[in-house]
Amino acid sequence: MPLRRLACISVLIALLAGLFGLFWSSTASAASGAVADEAAAGANCAKAERDDDTIHVRVCLRDRRGNANDPVPGVSVSVETLDGTPIGETVTDADGLADIDLGNAIDVLGNQYRIKIDTDTLPEGTALQNPKDVERVTQKLQLQTDYAVTFPIDDEIVEPSNWDLAVNLLATGLVYSSILAMASLGLNMVFGTTGLTNFAHGELMTFGALIAFAIDSLPGSISIAGHDFSVVVACLVGFLASGIFGWLNDKGLWLPLRRRGTGVIAMMIVSIGLSIFLRNLYQYFAGGQNHNYSQYTNISPMTFGPLQVTSLQITVFIVSVTVLVVACLLLQYTRLGKATRAVADNPALAASSGINVERVINRVWVFGAALAGLSGALLGVTQGFNYQVGYKALLMIFAAVCLGGLGTVWGAIAGAFVIGIFIELSTLVVPDELKYVGALGVLIVVLMVRPQGILGRRERIG
Amino acid sequence: MDFSSLFSDSLQQAFGTSAIVYCLAAIGLNIHFGYTGLLNFGQAAFMAVGGYTMAMFVTQWDVSLWLAMLAGLGLTAVLAILLGIPTLRLRADYLAIVTIAAAEIVRQVYGSIALKKYFGAQDGLTAFSADFRALNPFDGPVDLGIVSWGKNDAWVVLVGWFVVALCCLVVWLLMRSPWGRILKSIREDEDAVRSLGKNVYYYKMQSLMLGGMIGALAGFVTALKSAAINPSFFATDVTFFAYTVLLIGGAARVLGPVVGAIIFWFLLTFLDLFFSAATDDVGSVLIPSSIMTNQQASLVRFIVMGLALMLLMIFRPQGIFGDRRELAIDGR
Repeated sequence: MPLRRLACISVLIALLAGLFGLFWSSTASAASGAVADEAAAGANCAKAERDDDTIHVRVCLRDRRGNANDPVPGVSVSVETLDGTPIGETVTDADGLADIDLGNAIDVLGNQYRIKIDTDTLPEGTALQNPKDVERVTQKLQLQTDYAVTFPIDDEIVEPSNWDLAVNLLATGLVYSSILAMASLGLNMVFGTTGLTNFAHGELMTFGALIAFAIDSLPGSISIAGHDFSVVVACLVGFLASGIFGWLNDKGLWLPLRRRGTGVIAMMIVSIGLSIFLRNLYQYFAGGQNHNYSQYTNISPMTFGPLQVTSLQITVFIVSVTVLVVACLLLQYTRLGKATRAVADNPALAASSGINVERVINRVWVFGAALAGLSGALLGVTQGFNYQVGYKALLMIFAAVCLGGLGTVWGAIAGAFVIGIFIELSTLVVPDELKYVGALGVLIVVLMVRPQGILGRRERIG
Repeated sequence: MDFSSLFSDSLQQAFGTSAIVYCLAAIGLNIHFGYTGLLNFGQAAFMAVGGYTMAMFVTQWDVSLWLAMLAGLGLTAVLAILLGIPTLRLRADYLAIVTIAAAEIVRQVYGSIALKKYFGAQDGLTAFSADFRALNPFDGPVDLGIVSWGKNDAWVVLVGWFVVALCCLVVWLLMRSPWGRILKSIREDEDAVRSLGKNVYYYKMQSLMLGGMIGALAGFVTALKSAAINPSFFATDVTFFAYTVLLIGGAARVLGPVVGAIIFWFLLTFLDLFFSAATDDVGSVLIPSSIMTNQQASLVRFIVMGLALMLLMIFRPQGIFGDRRELAIDGR
């Protein structure tokens, strides 16, 4: 059995490696296509007429910073043959020209030469526009004219080091994961107590975002002590309204279904129907375009060493983490929280020890939907939203929940943080557009290796 | 409002190319869900892999379309194995989550700019259907009185319904064979089948592969009907609507998907045309634009379909033809 699993994993890893290989080859070929526009640039490097039989290489360096076209003097240029024998070396003059004599035309026609630029001698803060220009090989000399080449110079692009990038991505990932964790916790609590994989959970998120947006776009603003708190109040209303929406969901749909004894798979398909219904209803009322809240859309980031974060990100993170901690404490220490965990563990046993299971499930729906609504609203505040915001997050929630362990409280939160951070950090390796693909791939690999998730228990899966 | 043209246009869609696509997708799902009880929510992935493999083989390597179709079927089977390995031993909702995730992975990879030279990113691929169109016996539009199709559509419709009939025949024959009886008993009671010495895992895998390959046929039709393929054809909702089709007709019935697809597309088109006509500024406006604008009208059909899927599953999960006892909705 372990052997087969090993084989599966290696096949999967090979596939992933192949995929990355494809990306690598396609990006590499894209880079080589970017050859500088030689003909256009050459027009500015005037040729001095000479009247002898020699052929010269005339190298022209042009400073293209800010769309200018200035000569670059004082740069050392050398020419050698393809096997490395030096021909000559010189420094560009006031016109940015370097002229190197190759010798008599009869001797040099048909040869190829390599032109090298000494990048250390370039002016401070500049670099070759095309980094591959450090060495350029001439074509075979065919005509008895000078061989002219132009090297455009541009601002030196200071590539942020991978570490700096990683630190910033980690910060973004933490913010996203804390939001994701709230939604995952809601889904997992519902799953734990009722066994329902709710495909309409994303729509609960969108509901929160939409209600918050509706409150936010009411005329006037809500100010407390001179500060505008419209969006904060809107998010709070979204949170509360989602709780009520969760209550309605349970009382209006899921409770009657449980009473009828509908199976979990049937309920899952019902939740898909609900998801399609609500999503199109949202689009009906809110339109298909992106919405932004009235505040906090354009905040300049603060810099801490390599890290750049906005005060909004910090606030959202603190709020989400606080909500998560409070939620966990409630689950751990209150009567209702203990009852919830008891129902999640074994509904029949919980009922026989005097717990009102239906009441607990109802509270879980209220609480879970409120968390989802808040996470939708916060997601909307950080990156804007449209009617699909929750639907798009749903698969990430599933990934987080499966990773952490279906039906476990801590698992949902841990899984959300792993997935959220992984999504952002994976952009170091894969293109941005495919960052969710990596997370979903992780989901599949985890199910292969440890189907119960990080914190799940074995008996829940089979 | 012109009800007769509304009716004939809806009828045309009900028997048209889109109905064939959903019918084939639902026949595949019928094998998965109806007969074996596997909750595959990633039928769109099988369709996409089938369709894209066919299109890519022709456009990239200039293979004949028929060979490319074989390759499409083969790769779909491989996808089924890859998805089945981690999930077929686990509970039903794991298969659901993994397949829906796989569908999203497949769609995003096909749509990615990094792989544009293979799959054409969001523009997709075109110019692969010459071999198919060369065999077209129709040399003009086909008019059957109430419904009529253009030359190319008529050819797709003819071949498509023929393939549907063939698939139905295969499903009918398979499901009355010993192999089919084992699938059905896996749906009813997996442990009982295991106790009879059958390897449940392999039968589930075979079912996943077979249904996926019929899904690939749906992918071929998707690509050939518009002579183009792009990622938006394979959104997650495609799978969900295929489920709706299956549940309308009745799961675990050979002709369920066929009837389901016809009814689904009739209703979808009828609702669309009705509400867009009702809100049209030009004609007599039935619904004032303060309640529903012309743009909103196109969403009503999906709202209704979502509601229909819910109500269907709650009140008549066996659909039109199905037998309630023969339905894998109680899970484990």
